[in-house]
Parts: sequence; C-alpha cells; structure tokens
Amino acid sequence: MSQPTVRRETPTDPVGSDPAPRHTRRSALPLPVRHLLLAALGLAAVAGLLLVTGDLTALRLAAVGYTMLAVAGLQLLVGASGQVSLGHGAFMMIGAYAMALLVLHQPMLPLAVNLAIIVVVSVVAGIAVGAATARLHGPYLAGATLILAVGLPGLAHRYHDVLGGSNGLNIRTAGAPPFLQGLVSTSEWRALVVWTTVVLGLALLATLSAGRLGRRMRAIRDDETAAAMAGVPVGGTKVVAFVIASTAGGLAGGLQAYVLGTVTPGSFTLVLSLTLLAALVMGGIGSLWGALWAAIAIVYLQIWATDLARALNLSRDVENNLPIVFFGVVLILVLRFWPLGVHGALHSLRARLRARES
Amino acid sequence: MRFGGLTALDDVGLRVGAGSVVGLIGPNGAGKTTLFNVLSGVLRPTAGAITWKGAPPPGRRTHHLARAGIARTFQGLHLFPLMPVIANVMVGADRLARGGPFSLITGLGRHHRDERELRARALAALERFGIAEYAARLPGTLPYGVQKQVALARACVGAPELLLLDEPAGGLSGAQMDELAARIRDLSRDMAVVLVEHHMDLVMEVCDHIVVLDFGRVISTGTPAQVQADPAVTRAYLGTPADEAPIDAPDGDRDGTHGTGRKGAAR
Repeated sequence: MSQPTVRRETPTDPVGSDPAPRHTRRSALPLPVRHLLLAALGLAAVAGLLLVTGDLTALRLAAVGYTMLAVAGLQLLVGASGQVSLGHGAFMMIGAYAMALLVLHQPMLPLAVNLAIIVVVSVVAGIAVGAATARLHGPYLAGATLILAVGLPGLAHRYHDVLGGSNGLNIRTAGAPPFLQGLVSTSEWRALVVWTTVVLGLALLATLSAGRLGRRMRAIRDDETAAAMAGVPVGGTKVVAFVIASTAGGLAGGLQAYVLGTVTPGSFTLVLSLTLLAALVMGGIGSLWGALWAAIAIVYLQIWATDLARALNLSRDVENNLPIVFFGVVLILVLRFWPLGVHGALHSLRARLRARES
Repeated sequence: MRFGGLTALDDVGLRVGAGSVVGLIGPNGAGKTTLFNVLSGVLRPTAGAITWKGAPPPGRRTHHLARAGIARTFQGLHLFPLMPVIANVMVGADRLARGGPFSLITGLGRHHRDERELRARALAALERFGIAEYAARLPGTLPYGVQKQVALARACVGAPELLLLDEPAGGLSGAQMDELAARIRDLSRDMAVVLVEHHMDLVMEVCDHIVVLDFGRVISTGTPAQVQADPAVTRAYLGTPADEAPIDAPDGDRDGTHGTGRKGAAR
C-alpha cells in the first residue's frame, strides 16, 4: 500500500535490467516526498476498500495495517541489517501496554499524543535492548531476544495490580469524532486512524531504508569487516536498526490495543514473535512489500482456517489448532516453490514478463 | 603485536609519505597482513602507536580510521554479495557524504543531494576502472578479475589519503597485472599506497620504497634496487645455503606457528 518500488538494492532484486533511466525519472521529486505521495495513495486505496466493505472487514483491515507496520520494522532489522530478532512481539507488547496504561490513567490525552509517547517509550526500550545486544551475532542475538519474548509477558503476572495479570487490561477509546458520525462507523474510523499511522510509518521506513542508513545496514549485513573498513560505524548502525524496529513494533502494538480495546499477555507470547518472523520470510524478506503479504497472511490465513473448520463442522480442538497447521503448511509451500517469498516470486514474474515484451 | 605467547610483529616501524608507494614483502607468515590489520584498526597493537598526519588518529575503531581517510582492500574480496556493484562502491564513498537523519527524513538539507553525488562518484569510479557496464549486477555473478576491480574501486572511491592493498594481484593474469601496475601508479598521484604482494615483478615495478618483513621483524628497507641486493632478503626467501639441512626442520615449524597467528589476525 505504499512506497517499496524504490528498492533497488534489496537482496530479492534479481538485478539485471538497466536502472539508470528509471532512476533519473524518479529523482525528479525528493525521496521523502515520493514516499509520502505513495503513502497517500495507499491510504486512499484503504479508504476506498472501507467504503465498499462492512464493519467486520474494517476491523480485519485495521489488523492487517498494524501487523504490516510491525513486520515492516522487523524487515528493516532482519532483512536490511541482518540481525535476527525473536523478540519483536515483546516490543509490540510494550507499545500495547503503554497505550492501555495511558488510556486508563490519562484519559484526557488525545490519541496522537498517546502514540507519540509510545514512540518515545519504544525508542528507549529499543536503545536498551539494542545497545545490550549490538555485539551479538546470529544465533546469540536470536537467543538474547528470545529471552525478551519469553520473559516480558511474565511481567503482566508479576505486577498484577498495574498490568492486570492474565486478564490484561481493558480500555475504551473514543470512536469517530462527532462531525463524522453517521458517515463512518466506529470500526471504520479506527481502521482509518490505524492506516494513517501505518502509511506514515511505512513511508518513513522506506525513506530510511532507501537512504544512506539503509545502505549502511545492508553493508553490515553482508560483510561487517568490509563495512567498517569503508567507514560505516558498525555498532551504532546496528543499534539504530534495532531502535527503528522496536519503534515500529511498539507503535503497531499501541494501534492493536487501540483497535481491540483489550491487552492481554497471552497475545504477545513467543508464538507472536515467531509468527512475525516466519510471515516476513514468507512475504519476502528483502522488501517492504513483503511486509504487506506477510500481514495479509497473518490476519487472513487465521480467519480462513477458522471459517474452513466451521464449514466442515470440525470439533472445537481442531478448530483452534487448524490455523497454526494451515499457516505452517502455507509457509512450507511458499518457501518450497518461491524461496524468495511472495514478493520475490512476483518480482521475478514481472521481470520475466518484461523480458518477453522486449 | 602479540597473540597470547606469539609475537606476530616485533618492533616494526613503517613510515608512509604522502604520494609514495610502499611495498611490504616477506615470506608467508612474516606478519604482512597482521601489520595491515593494525594499520586499518582491525587489530589493536599490544604496544606502539599509529600516527596519522603527525597526530594520533581520531579514534581507535576501524571506521574512525576509515573516515579519516585510510582505505584498504582485503586478501579475499570481501564484497557485499547481496548488493549491486554500484551500491558496493557507494558504500566505499560513505565518508564523503553529509546530512543527518533529519535531512534524510525531511528531504531538506544535504542528505539526498549527497546521495546523488555519491552515486555519480561511484559511477565515475566504475567508468575509470572500465567496469561501468556491470553497475547493476550482483558481485557474485561477475568474473573474478572484475570483482577484484570492484573491490579496488570501492577502496578508491572515497578519495582516501592512504590506500592499503592486500595482494591486489592475487589471481590475476599477466595482462591484468600490467594494467594493475599502471593503475597503482595512477592512484599514487592522489594518495599514498601501501602494497602487500607476492609478485616481485609488480612490487619492483611500482614501489618507491620497500620494507621486507620476516618473522615479524623488519629485515631490510630501501629502494627496490637496494632491497634486491640485500643478502638478508635472499636468505629470508631462499634459506641459508651453507646449513640448509639442519635449519630446515625448525624453520618449517616456526613458519607453521606464524601461519596460525596470521589466521587469527585475518579473522
């Protein structure tokens, strides 16, 4: 729904065609402006979709939106800077609980302020974790972030009074503003709020990724020694990548809390972190478009599997577990036939079509 | 420079003047790459110091030295395999670009203008090396000789003042080597070059000054002619003719130890 066509340096790009003329045409507008325009287009597309569909779809679209933001942050961390994090769900949890606590204890604050505070909280959390793990590589980094994903939900039980234990926190947020009442329903309004934040976040991520920072990250991912020898500050860049990812995750969590109105530790377990990572690989790890396919997969495979189980009149146990099996099977199939993920497959398909034309 | 009980470099001094080409030679395991790793900040010396333009360098990390103007190539290629050639070279010019995160996000300020300049610079470097046609390709899809050129272009594109070349002729054909010699002389007009190389023809042809290392010590320095005439150099490369048999065995032994040290250094 946004920018990622700018990706020339991504690993999924089977680069071969001549990018020079395209580049000159594109550089007519500065990069951030182009990304914001694409973001506006994306938002318009979502708004159009909301117009023709009902309330239920609005909630699902909102879910796709915040999941996409979370996955896009992870994409920058894993795909660009090469740091594998198994703790992304923990940052979503930080954002979600921050939102819930803000709404409960400071109900007068407007949503935008809440989101800004969540960004600050996530940045702090990202710096803390990123600085601690910047020297770790590969499996060691994954292990360290795993602790975060496993341990953080436990805090909700430990501080039962503040965080509500396993029942979590329930919040009520305002619906559509009065002058839009009757025009858009509460769900549609929430979906719009979510998507506005998401497209802005994605435009920002795309700009960061296409700029010097993104290139530095990819250089570090490919060869740390050579990157350092070219003058790239390796440690600092890694921490920055971590902070960006945690911010995207935190913001996504905050939006999730806003849409669902409830925050429970059970929704931010290790399974969520692993699902985000698996979906990212399935969607295509080199591009922000991959995050879109990943988010659609996370939200809709679950729904379709549940619908399927109901249609077949399967027992409750089967119905509960079918989505997981379904997700796993789709993941295996996608990676078996499209090793570069959905986006990689679409990309090579387009390249093949273009080659046939010329 | 010591690794545990192993002294890989012992009291080695190296002075590189602006615009000169210094050759660093010596048998395998002499400590040439270790010295490079110390010069480029990959290793920190156990004792001794680096002076850069008469003062201590701005920082001890590799990227501090790189940003100050020291570039290097590696014995292996160390290209960024998943980035196209042009992006590989652009990373090499990173130190020349300005414009912080604010400029990146808003589009105001220098970031995006500098990015365009960086791209133009990288393209110019590729053209200078005659490999502009491969700009959009991934390094892994190119022949070895071209990859070597890309690595060299990446090191030069940032207009370094000191260029460290670790075996630039490794794996090149005779014709490519002549080209390389011309290239190095061409580069030395803008920057000082230190060269580690096993091809003596190349070293003797391009270097103004040669330093010979053996077992971590400087055994000879001087102009190519002086070094060629030095008996110590002949001895280091060929062994002592008189007591060949008795010295051979421990010699091989020590060589092995030094080899391990080097691997540790090269990581």
